[in-house]
Amino acid sequence: MKSLILSALLTLSATPVLACETFTLGDLTIEHAWSRATIGADRPGVFYVEITNNGSTDDALIGIATPAAGMPMLHETVVTDGIASMPHAMSIPVPAGQTVELAPGGYHGMLMGLTATLAEGDSFTVTLSFQNAGEVAVNVEVLSLRAEGPDCDDAN
Amino acid sequence: MRRRQLILGLGGASGALAFTLGLGWLQSRGRAQPPAALLPLPIGEMGFALTNHRGEPVRPADWIGRPTMAFFGFTWCPDVCPTTLSDISGWLDELGPDADRLNTVFITVDPERDTQQVLADYLANFDPRITGLTGSLAEVERAVAGFRARFEKVPRDGDYTMDHTAGVFLFRADGRFASIIDYHEDRRFALPKIRRVLT
Ligand SMILES: [Cu+2]
Repeated sequence: MKSLILSALLTLSATPVLACETFTLGDLTIEHAWSRATIGADRPGVFYVEITNNGSTDDALIGIATPAAGMPMLHETVVTDGIASMPHAMSIPVPAGQTVELAPGGYHGMLMGLTATLAEGDSFTVTLSFQNAGEVAVNVEVLSLRAEGPDCDDAN
Repeated sequence: MRRRQLILGLGGASGALAFTLGLGWLQSRGRAQPPAALLPLPIGEMGFALTNHRGEPVRPADWIGRPTMAFFGFTWCPDVCPTTLSDISGWLDELGPDADRLNTVFITVDPERDTQQVLADYLANFDPRITGLTGSLAEVERAVAGFRARFEKVPRDGDYTMDHTAGVFLFRADGRFASIIDYHEDRRFALPKIRRVLT
């Protein structure tokens, strides 16, 4: 853990950390877009991000697109009676005044049909489609397979 | 299973009062501890023959003498399994050398894709004290049954995914079941549970 944090700090001082970039689309703020390294390209990749709705109207994330994968989709990991499953999420609510996280163990983008292996340090683009706000493209940083999220100054 | 038989048995017996009393007893007992039939078997009573990611055969008896921390998963899942493995790597870090005395075991529920080599490549990303187990589907099923765990292959978008028990099982050195760390359980609760089987 300590070594992880240390290496993250070193990375921070060396180069700007992509996953700490912030994107805005109307009332929406999108940050901490990251992914995990994959072993090969035939396994699905994952996409995590944090979306804040600063407006007074509810919105919803209704889809994602990326050149990194042929079949990106939205999933939600749910644990029912101790059993983990991963149903499709038709849309992910982004209520007014709230922050919604696509984060390990919950909502996530599932990147099926990767076009290439995702290696630590790589980055790729994901376009998020919202019901009301429209579309926005964000840069996604690939962290290690073991990562639990980016270390940003503003991270809570 | 056992609970249902008991309830039916009582219901078939004489009168509503006996039934209500019986049910009340079952419920209060159920709160105190789950019915024995739902608890994982002691490791010494489990039977399975699997292979670890280094290619060595593994039988449950091999675990006796050290506390065991075991969980199920599959390497094709990009969300739950890396998260669990990452949590466990973090716990092992925090436990330090104490964790050397644990059998820490990841049992795949997807032996079709998770061959020994796949497990080896995957686990190279996590704490080296985690051992991966795979084998024939029948032997994986025997292991899952011994833990009273569950898994199911779910067809999905021309491919498949696996639903599976997500908790982490803890056993004492003599093989008796100790506790489960639920998925998403706070580190503050997880670590003391592990320390308890280490003492
Ligand atoms: Cu998924």
